[in-house]
Amino acid sequence: MKLPWSRKSRPERAPPPVELLTASALTWLLAALALGVAPQATELSVWLSVLFAALVGWRGLIVLRNWALPPRWLLLLVAVLAGAGVIVDHRTLFGRDAGVALLTAMTACKLLESRGLRDGVVLVFLGYLLVMSNLLYSQDIPQVVYLLAVILVMLTAQVLIHRQHAGLTALAPLRLTGRMVLLAVPVMLILFVLFPRIPGPLWGLPKDAYKGRTGLSEQMAPGTISELSQSGEVAFRVRFTGAIPPPNQRYWRGLVLWHFDGRRWTRPEEPPLNTPTPLTPEGAAVDYAVVLEPSNRSWLFALDLPARLPPHARMTASFQLLRDQPVNEVYRYEMRSYLAYRTGELTAMERSRGLQLPPRGNPRARALVADWRQRDPRPEALVRSALTLFREQPFYYTLTPPPLSGDIVDDFLFRTRRGFCEHYAGAFVVLMRAGGVPARVVLGYQGGEMNALGGYLMVRQSDAHAWAEVWLEGRGWVRVDPTGAVAPNRVQQGLYAALSDAGLLPFLARRGGDSEWLRQLVLGWDILNNSWNEWVLAYGPDRQKEFLSGLGFGPADWTGMTVAMLIALGGFSVLYAGWRWRNRLARDPVARAWQRFCARLARRGLARGAAEGPLDFAGRVAAGRPELAAAVWEIARLYAALRYGPVAPPEQVRQLRRLTRRFQA
Amino acid sequence: MGALWRRFERWVTRGQRPSSEPVRLTRRRIYILPTAQGYAFATLLFLLFLWSINYSNSMGFAFTFLLAAVALNSMWQAHDNLLGLVVDSSGAEPVFAGQEARFVFRLDNPDPKPRYGVALQGRDQPPCYTDLPASGATVVTLTVLAERRGWLRTGRVRVLTRYPLGLLQAWSWVEFEQACLVYPQPRGRRPLPAALSGSTGAGLGDQGLGSEDYAGFRLYAPGDSPRRIAWKAATRGGPLLVKQFTDQARPELWLDWRLLGIDSVEPRLAQLCQWVLKAESEGRRYGLLLPGARIPPAQGDAHRRRCLEALALFTYAEDTSHRHETAVEPEEPARTRATAG
Repeated sequence: MKLPWSRKSRPERAPPPVELLTASALTWLLAALALGVAPQATELSVWLSVLFAALVGWRGLIVLRNWALPPRWLLLLVAVLAGAGVIVDHRTLFGRDAGVALLTAMTACKLLESRGLRDGVVLVFLGYLLVMSNLLYSQDIPQVVYLLAVILVMLTAQVLIHRQHAGLTALAPLRLTGRMVLLAVPVMLILFVLFPRIPGPLWGLPKDAYKGRTGLSEQMAPGTISELSQSGEVAFRVRFTGAIPPPNQRYWRGLVLWHFDGRRWTRPEEPPLNTPTPLTPEGAAVDYAVVLEPSNRSWLFALDLPARLPPHARMTASFQLLRDQPVNEVYRYEMRSYLAYRTGELTAMERSRGLQLPPRGNPRARALVADWRQRDPRPEALVRSALTLFREQPFYYTLTPPPLSGDIVDDFLFRTRRGFCEHYAGAFVVLMRAGGVPARVVLGYQGGEMNALGGYLMVRQSDAHAWAEVWLEGRGWVRVDPTGAVAPNRVQQGLYAALSDAGLLPFLARRGGDSEWLRQLVLGWDILNNSWNEWVLAYGPDRQKEFLSGLGFGPADWTGMTVAMLIALGGFSVLYAGWRWRNRLARDPVARAWQRFCARLARRGLARGAAEGPLDFAGRVAAGRPELAAAVWEIARLYAALRYGPVAPPEQVRQLRRLTRRFQA
Repeated sequence: MGALWRRFERWVTRGQRPSSEPVRLTRRRIYILPTAQGYAFATLLFLLFLWSINYSNSMGFAFTFLLAAVALNSMWQAHDNLLGLVVDSSGAEPVFAGQEARFVFRLDNPDPKPRYGVALQGRDQPPCYTDLPASGATVVTLTVLAERRGWLRTGRVRVLTRYPLGLLQAWSWVEFEQACLVYPQPRGRRPLPAALSGSTGAGLGDQGLGSEDYAGFRLYAPGDSPRRIAWKAATRGGPLLVKQFTDQARPELWLDWRLLGIDSVEPRLAQLCQWVLKAESEGRRYGLLLPGARIPPAQGDAHRRRCLEALALFTYAEDTSHRHETAVEPEEPARTRATAG
């Protein structure tokens, strides 16, 4: 018979047992991961979305039905196939989309081999990465609120993967993490505002990092702008310091296209400007701040003509504003423009560029201009003739012009006569150049919708516009908008009022249309978005410096910010500690009784010092008020014993409460 | 690392004496450090931070900071999960060397909110987790292998928690005076000594089985002769029982140290221990003679315990005038194993 002590050697050290994930932990984890991937379901390839859903579902069934986990080789096969699928889809494993796809696929595979605590931790960490990757696609309010909820679920899963916390059941863990997140918000705000920001990027961004943003492109051909016009997305918002210029003065200059190859207008490299303001203002300045949505392009928009340079940006000779980095975050900048101006002399390069035309092509247009020049060779007369042509001949302004072929300017001017702004601007510049007048195409936005409630102007993609500039002796570059000759309403009231086929426009772009109350709702929502953009998303290194310097503590540098941040965090900790102490006090009968006792003595002018121990205090009181000595000593001794002794027996606590209640100073 | 850790432990607990009273975990004796998981989480946050800078992602910063703040908050939570907790030890029942001593600890939660995932951990053993109900208590048992006779203590025991996120571990060291008495391991093949007649001993009795009177059953105890186990009863399930016989007719036994001329001290004690158990199970009256100790013949549990205690705490000195009374203590706190109860 084997008796307990007949064992000679020590029991062998068993390896620590694997802490298996509980069903509830896995359920929360699966929910968190599925919710984290959901916003990207449409961005991901269909096969990947289906694979992810299937693997999550499979793991769920394993939990529910107590099935076995799949064998290693099967998982390995799925992982390899998924990796290959990502490569086939994206031709790479790097970059934004491929990275997110790979992360999604590998998380799903990891899920199917997860048994223990360590796997759970890895999954939670992958989950946080997945949640954050959603922010690459959108940071608007609904998305952020949603992701916050996902973080909450993820934190709950993180609590529950620890088997030893499994005593928390039902909604208790969610309440716990909810409270933790609420308490974390003030610290998060302090860090968000005061943590010194470093301008990015730190390393090369993948090419597709900001893919899929709508906005003006760098060239213009028939159809490029009319396509953009069908997007109701906001391009930027503007808040004016003074009076708001009338609609027909709101030409938001973007880029200047010089080169025409017979079909396409493109932009040559332009050297940055040496002189600060090559324009002579002929009126008051307009000051405003622009909050630009991410465009993945480096140009900034400003009213014709800009006279100020935002930080980290440069201006070219043709008054284009270019930022050093593409705008990939919500970007806010202060601007100043002069709506009435004269520009300087024409340089040789500008002249040659401003008169460039393909050597051949568009013979009828050239003949027409030659005819105009014979009647009146002055440039102003040529401009007038061209505008008269557009105004008096049956030209139409439409979102859906018929396709052009051959010499597209001739085809447009003499055959189709239906076009959008790019057709008119392009044809006009060609006519001017054929007549020897330096001219160029300007791309940007025109107009914008006033959000009266919010007091700012919204410029949507549907406000995209192209116009022309001609150089006239004595006045410099002068803006001419040939579209205005065809459809004056476009300039005065916007696209919706000017189009014959406005029904093609999305709802958001239908300014001045019907369902006004719905539009009011849209405007209200936009106010929220604007504040969000201006104060939260645009809060980068520049805005941080600007904001903190504006608080009146002098210019903000990173040491100052760090100190302020530490002070704020310390202050919050003290407040929080105080609050916890009060809470504890409210629950602690011993402390409450002692407080009552001290308060009564304090009313008699015997306040306890902050650092005075109970017995020291009692000694002092007894010396000052000998008649109280006995009672005070008794209470203080009892309190000290209860407070600093091992455990308070309930009857002694009751005794202390009785004594303090009866005590009269 | 382990050595450094021990030094740290010795340093922070240098003022702490083993307590015989319940210990309340106060702010001053709770320590907190990140776990491996916590360091991994910090690395993740740092990567997310770099990522946010790289993509100038404003909400990336916000979420990273939020997670960092939650982790910081979990530090308070872990601390609170131990703060105010009252730990008490009620010691352990005596065991024989080679057996496992079961130290019973009581974790008392004075607050009206439950505490989750609180563990007790003996040296070099995995922690033993338990939940504490609101204003309630839980009993945790740490199992320690008793390797040597004498007093056995658990040494410093850690009370710890990784609540709520597992990123940080808060802990406190507690040490109690309550000890477990370890009897010598009963071992040896010698038969019970012959009873001697006379004042110091009893004569050899009739060992015939027929003269014994059946006196009923009692629970099996280590050392009982297998021949006396009630196997018939055992096959029906239930506890192992031993048939007890009394034989008033037989003379008293003296279990005498001097009868064992064999080698060193411990084997002698082992044999004496074996005899005590055997004599008790056979229902004999026996006395114990040790250098410097004489326990007159008697019978019964109290007597048995008295004899075993004397054996457990026996210290041998050639010169009996320099006999000291101190208990034999293991120099190193023994390895423990924990179970929640």
